[in-house]
Amino acid sequence: MTIDWNAFAPWPALGGGLLIGVAAAMFLLLNGRIAGISGVVGGLLKPARGDVAWRAAFLLGLAIAPAVYASFASWPALRVEAGDGALVLAGLLVGLGTRYGSGCTSGHGVCGLSRLSPRSLAATLAFMGAGFGTVFVLRHLLGL
Amino acid sequence: MTLFASLLAGLVFGLGLLVSGMANPAKVIGFLDIAGAWDPSLAFVMVGAIAVGFVAFVVARQRTVSFLGADMKLPSQRRIDRRLIVGSTVFGIGWGVAGFCPGPALVALGTGSSKALVFVAAMLAGMAVFELIERPRRPTPAHA
Repeated sequence: MTIDWNAFAPWPALGGGLLIGVAAAMFLLLNGRIAGISGVVGGLLKPARGDVAWRAAFLLGLAIAPAVYASFASWPALRVEAGDGALVLAGLLVGLGTRYGSGCTSGHGVCGLSRLSPRSLAATLAFMGAGFGTVFVLRHLLGL
Repeated sequence: MTLFASLLAGLVFGLGLLVSGMANPAKVIGFLDIAGAWDPSLAFVMVGAIAVGFVAFVVARQRTVSFLGADMKLPSQRRIDRRLIVGSTVFGIGWGVAGFCPGPALVALGTGSSKALVFVAAMLAGMAVFELIERPRRPTPAHA
């Protein structure tokens, strides 16, 4: 194993993580809800009365984050290496998998581990393991 | 008031994803690529988020309503079953293919990225497939 020291940036990661924790804490203590993004999105696909606006407001907050970020720093530069076919496949798997698994990186990874849920720990180990394994297969076995 | 809190929580969450590097798929793939030039930064996102989240859940457990008077909706599902593990594994594979999970994809959509648009459209399709398969069968369990 070699570490990419040029890319290694623990402080922004820790600071950003604290912000994510603050956001999850706000959502929990003010709205009484778990900040699980796949669940918030998924609920919009079976809309119930009184259950749409808070979801839309949260997702709007996520989507305007780059514009707000750009008012403090430069416009965020995000790099996506996957082609359109891979993006479609990945999106389908993520959409289907997070709904069957009842959560994603935020719901299980952040909130679930924060409340010491064994169920979320199992889910987090499963998706982290699958993520590591997939990149290994794609990059090192298939050479993509 | 709770709607504004939702918006603000989403915004802070999104800023955290941007600051930490989680919203950048190339950074995520660098984290998942243990066998290559590994960039462990994103492990620190979890450390920061859980440090704050843990305290929030300790407070939340002592309350029946939120600070804004909303019902506390904490997950009740505790079983570690096949759905959880298979779903999370499928999610992890999709995450490894493109480097996007749901929150970062929505933030990236806010930057105007056409690749994020392709991913999010496919993710919504995946979630819709879940609804189609599950809706006639039984109510979906509480999230996370």
